[in-house]
Amino acid sequence: MIKVVLPELGEGITKATVSYWFFKDGERVKEKDDLVELTTDKATFNLPSPCSGVISEIMYSEGDTVDVGQILAVINEE
Amino acid sequence: MKLKVIDLGLAEYLSAWNKQKDILSEVISNDLAAALILCQHYPVITLGRNASRGSFKFSFEEIYAKGLKLYNIERGGDVTYHGPGQLTVYPIINLHYFKKDIHWFLRKLESLVISTLGDFNLRCVRKEGLTGVWINQEKVSSIGIAIKHWVTYHGLSINIKRDDLANFNLIRPCGMDIKVTSLEDALGKDVNMAEVKSSLLGRFNDFFKNSQLGTASN
Repeated sequence: MIKVVLPELGEGITKATVSYWFFKDGERVKEKDDLVELTTDKATFNLPSPCSGVISEIMYSEGDTVDVGQILAVINEE
Repeated sequence: MKLKVIDLGLAEYLSAWNKQKDILSEVISNDLAAALILCQHYPVITLGRNASRGSFKFSFEEIYAKGLKLYNIERGGDVTYHGPGQLTVYPIINLHYFKKDIHWFLRKLESLVISTLGDFNLRCVRKEGLTGVWINQEKVSSIGIAIKHWVTYHGLSINIKRDDLANFNLIRPCGMDIKVTSLEDALGKDVNMAEVKSSLLGRFNDFFKNSQLGTASN
């Protein structure tokens, strides 16, 4: 089980907004697939999947604000 | 550092957008280290991820009737205008080789614009808390980027020609009630677009020549 965490995006950036999920709960992803698009004030950031597997849980909905270090999703690795 | 420079000249937004995405794939797959796409666009308004209806002073139908196109795109930021007389620059850069820091890169782009316009004896500034470059209280350059696998795309625009700013009145640029200006307005004289491009390329090489290409980290 792999926890996908919002990584450090830069100095002074403590949070980001979830703008788009490329997958839904239960869907299969491949390593490096775009998993989620996050937005800061002047940038969007596509977070790739760290592994191949099935998404077991998405923790935040589109429009939610997430702190750096928080878990965005959980993937059952294959 | 091997930098590929692509000058599209006057380009439709859609073709330049597709070109960006092609180059982005090349940089992500490490077939290419970095690229800089330069162009001017036919009149177009782009909506970044933070754009809302409140950023428009006219209806979409009225804007279409004026001959402009509208695109929802994947960059950060609000709404902006691109058109002839404005230099648009898309740096497609793998930040693994520089610094994986969105704010660092945005400040680098601002520095690039400030230095480039400084070559024309113009003093431009940042504004605290706002991304972009200003001359006094008027905005001369807008910035909005997207990042995929830590590779940047989209970028910045600089208003060069004085006669081509009227379409900014259709929108609230970057979602704010601000005035925009151009390099020619600020200098009070004509400026050759080719000279601006040449200066910008020189400054771009200065900023990024100290990269650590070949020592990528995850």
